[in-house]
Amino acid sequence: MNWNWSAVSDFMPHFWDGLLVTLQILVVGSLISFVLGLVWALLMRVPSRWVTWPVGAVTEFVRNTPLLVQLFFLFYVLPEWGVTASAMTTGVVGIGLHYSTYTMQVYRAGIEAVPVGQWEAATALNLPLRRTWTAVILPQAVRRVVPALGNYVISMLKDTPLLMAITVLEMLGEARLFSQANFQFTEPLTVIGVAFVVLSYLASLLLRALERRLVH
Amino acid sequence: MSIETRPTPETNTVESSSELIRLEQVTKRFGDNTVLDHLDFSVDAGKHVTLIGPSGSGKTTILRLLMTLLKPDEGTITVDGQRLFPASDKEVREVRKKIGMVFQQFNLFPNMSVLRNITEAPVTVLGMSKDEAAERARGLLEMVGLADKCDARPTQLSGGQQQRVAIARALAMRPQVLLLDEVTSALDPELVAGVLDVLRDIARSTDITMLCVTHEMNFARDISDQVLMFDSGRVIESGPPEKIFTEPERDRTREFLSAVL
Repeated sequence: MNWNWSAVSDFMPHFWDGLLVTLQILVVGSLISFVLGLVWALLMRVPSRWVTWPVGAVTEFVRNTPLLVQLFFLFYVLPEWGVTASAMTTGVVGIGLHYSTYTMQVYRAGIEAVPVGQWEAATALNLPLRRTWTAVILPQAVRRVVPALGNYVISMLKDTPLLMAITVLEMLGEARLFSQANFQFTEPLTVIGVAFVVLSYLASLLLRALERRLVH
Repeated sequence: MSIETRPTPETNTVESSSELIRLEQVTKRFGDNTVLDHLDFSVDAGKHVTLIGPSGSGKTTILRLLMTLLKPDEGTITVDGQRLFPASDKEVREVRKKIGMVFQQFNLFPNMSVLRNITEAPVTVLGMSKDEAAERARGLLEMVGLADKCDARPTQLSGGQQQRVAIARALAMRPQVLLLDEVTSALDPELVAGVLDVLRDIARSTDITMLCVTHEMNFARDISDQVLMFDSGRVIESGPPEKIFTEPERDRTREFLSAVL
């Protein structure tokens, strides 16, 4: 195996481009999954089967089909129905939607872990339902689920290369393009491998700091 | 020490003997277990009523029905002439304003400061201004001996302190009725007295109606106008505390009292 430092330095400009795209996917995708997951979790508590059944069916379907298939579907099939978006938008929405079906479970567990006495105290104080959710239940539930949500962010980071399949040039996409053009595979792939490790580690540090702040 | 209670026209105009709470033919079942069996029960305004009896006899269930944490299977419940069951959600919300409850496990909101625990409902439910609510909350905290704990988190307080905050929180809504559900049962023995002292003060210095489920018989004797002995979902004996505690008529009552006293 020949290691060529000049290939590394040649790749670096492309690497930074890819890193930026990967981070954008991660940040926007996470936000989508956090918000949408909460929406699903709340809808599943609506006391009507007309709501819970469709939401349950859709999220179950999304959770149990591969992200790659969903990305292909969104990117290649939706345009046939007249829905078009850039590869990046499609990819971010796809990964956010996919992960929202996981975060939904996390929120559900967090909400169920709030003691029933909290609901009873809110009732005894005559708090409106909406206020009970926003002021009492969700702040306690979200605090509990931050570690689990953080794990999904790290998991999502490792799924971002799937967006390469729909032409998004994130880190792996950049590496592949560079490799094919220059017949140098070792250096770019190693660089992005290290980058993934560093990003995961930084994310876990951030997560632990956040946990500490929320616990105390 | 004085406590502001709800200066509503209702409480001011009613005679001391007028009826505030009425349960008629109330039945509550949990599965096959009938906890309350066609119970008739009423409490006059301003009275302090203690419910005693073995566990599972339906005492706590009555408080939970009145707080609308449970719905009866049959019967009617009225509070201050307004229906609580059967009733629409809107009616329930109206009637519930008249009732406050203190729980065995305190149930303070751990995500809020002590002060906000107390101001939250007056601001969002009664539409009180934040400043006014905070000022009243400070007064209530002073009354329960915790004036210095405004900014503390509930988790930083002892059980007894938490329970006193919970009492202040319930009173902040100026209820006509205060429901006390075994409020000292979860406390370490040395913390019980502080909580009971606060409740004695409230009983003495306000005209609030109290319904109290407790195993603290001395406390019950001190504050009660009336003691109801429950067994198997029925009131088997009732009367002033002097009578119930010293010369109960029923063997079952005597048996129960000798076991707990």
